[in-house]
Amino acid sequence: MTDLAWIDAAITAARPQAVGALLRYFRDLDIAEEAFQDACLRALRTWPGNGPPRDPAAWLIMVGRNAAIDGVRKRSRTQALPDDEAAMSDLDDVETPLAERLDGADYRDDVLRLMFICCHPDLPQTQQIALALRIVSGLTVRQIARAFLVGESAMEQRITRAKARIGEAGVAFETPGPVERAERLAAVAAMVYLIFNEGYSASGPEREDRAPLAAEAIRLGRLLLRLYQTEPEIMGLVALMLLQHSRTPARFDAEGGIVLMDDQDRALWNRAMIAEGLALIDKAMRHRRTGPYLIQAAIAALHARAATPAATDWRQIDALYATLEQLTPSPVITLNRAVAVSKADGPEAALEMIAPLERRLSGYFNYFGVKGALLLQLERKAEAREAFDRAIALANTAAEAAHIRQHLDRLMADAAAARVN
Amino acid sequence: MLYAILCYNAEDVVMSWSQEEDDAVMSRLSVVHDRLERENKLGPSLRLMATTAATTLHKAKDLVLDGPYAETKEQLLGFYIVDIKDLDEGLAIARELGQANPGGAYELRPVRLFLPGAEIPGTERA
Repeated sequence: MTDLAWIDAAITAARPQAVGALLRYFRDLDIAEEAFQDACLRALRTWPGNGPPRDPAAWLIMVGRNAAIDGVRKRSRTQALPDDEAAMSDLDDVETPLAERLDGADYRDDVLRLMFICCHPDLPQTQQIALALRIVSGLTVRQIARAFLVGESAMEQRITRAKARIGEAGVAFETPGPVERAERLAAVAAMVYLIFNEGYSASGPEREDRAPLAAEAIRLGRLLLRLYQTEPEIMGLVALMLLQHSRTPARFDAEGGIVLMDDQDRALWNRAMIAEGLALIDKAMRHRRTGPYLIQAAIAALHARAATPAATDWRQIDALYATLEQLTPSPVITLNRAVAVSKADGPEAALEMIAPLERRLSGYFNYFGVKGALLLQLERKAEAREAFDRAIALANTAAEAAHIRQHLDRLMADAAAARVN
Repeated sequence: MLYAILCYNAEDVVMSWSQEEDDAVMSRLSVVHDRLERENKLGPSLRLMATTAATTLHKAKDLVLDGPYAETKEQLLGFYIVDIKDLDEGLAIARELGQANPGGAYELRPVRLFLPGAEIPGTERA
C-alpha cells in the first residue's frame, strides 16, 4: 500500500474519534470540522516524511486543537505567531499522555455524541444520513450528492441547513447517564442501518454510487461494536448487515435485474461475511436478551445456513417473525412473515394472513408483489394480474418494475397460449 | 527452529481499507506465502476475524466477557486451533484446558482465513 493510501485509511479510521473529541473541546461542529481538516492537511505534509504517528487519532486531535486555537488567536489579534511546523516537532512528547487520556469512556462518548447529533428527530431521515456520511464518515459533498441523485450545490445546502438545525437545537455535552446513553445508542444504530439500506436497496444505474454505503455502514457498525462490546443488539445489527451484504454478489443479473433469493447462485455468497455474522449471533445469543436487530439477523442466518432454497428452515423463520411481530408490531413484518408461512404451510394460509393488511399497505409495492405471487401459485391468474398491475404502479425503482413485468409478461403469454388452444 | 510470527496492526485502519485495498494486500502477501511454502518453510497461517467477534474466558472466575483479551500484565504464550460447532462448545473446551492449566485467560476468536501451509521437515506427527 502506498503512503497516501495508508494515510487516507488512517485518517478515515481516526475521523469519528478525532472530530468527536474536537467537538467536545469547541462545542461547535464547524470549528471542529475545520480543525480536523487543518490537522489532515498537516498530516499529509508531515507523515510521509516523518513516518506515521503511533496513534493517528491522538495526533490529529492535538494538531487540530492547536490549529483551531491559533486560528481564534489570529483572528482576535493580528500579531505574528511562531512557525507552526517548528512548534510541531515536539508533538511526539505530548502524544503519549494525551493518548492515555483518550482511552476509556471519554472517547466512547465522543464518538457516540458525534453520531447521535446526526440523528436529531427534527431532521428527515435522508438529511440524517447525509449529515452522518459527511461528518462521521468524511465523504465529500460530491460523493453524497451522487449517492442521493441530487446536484452538489443542493446537497451542500441541505447539509448546511441540517447543521444549522443541530446548532439551534443544542447538544448535551455532559457525559450521558446510562439511560441516555442507551437511547443514543439505539438512535445511532437505527441511523447506521438506514445508511446500510441506502446502499443495499440501490439497484440499476444508481448502484455504482450507492452500493459503497453498505460497506461504510458495516464499518460504522463495527466501530460502534468496538466501543460497546457487550451490547447484543449492536452485535445483531452488525451481523444483520454482514449477512445481508454477503448476498450482494448474487443479487443482480448481468443486466442489473433483481435476482430473488430463491434463484440466487449461493456459491457467490460471501462466506467470510457469513462466518463473521454467524459468530456475532452466537456471541449475542449468550446474553439471552433478544432485540429486533438480533432477530432479523437470526432470520438472515437461517437463509445463510441453507445450502439450497429447499433446505431453508421456514418453520423457524416463521417463529422468529412471530417474535419480531410481538416486539415491534408492523404490517411490513407480518407481510414478511406471510412469505415464510407460504413456504411452510402453502399460499392459501399466507393470503389469509396478509388480507387484513391491505388497507394499511395500499401504497406499498412489496404488498402487491407478494399478493400477486401468492395468487399466481394458486392459479388465480386474473387476480394475480390485478395485484401485479398495482405493484408496478407503486414500484420505486426500474429494477422493481422490471421484476414484476416478468410475471405480467408470463401471464400474458399464458393467456395468449390459452386463447390459441 | 520453529518460530511463530505474530501479526499486529491497527484494526480500525485495516477495517477502513476498501475491498480492493484489502485484496491488494492479500495478493501481495500470497506471493511471499507461496515462495515460503515451496521452500517448506511456512506451516499453517491464519487471519483472524475482527476483535468484535472475540469472546474472552477469564479462567480463575470462569468469567465470560465479550471482546478481546485486553489486559497488559499477561503475555501471549501460545494458541490452539479447534474445529467447533459454536461458541458454547469453544467455551467448554477452553474451560477444560483451563482446568489443566489455571491462570490468565483464553480469548476465543473466529478464524477468517486458514492456510494449512507445507509440511515442515522435522514436524511429523510422533
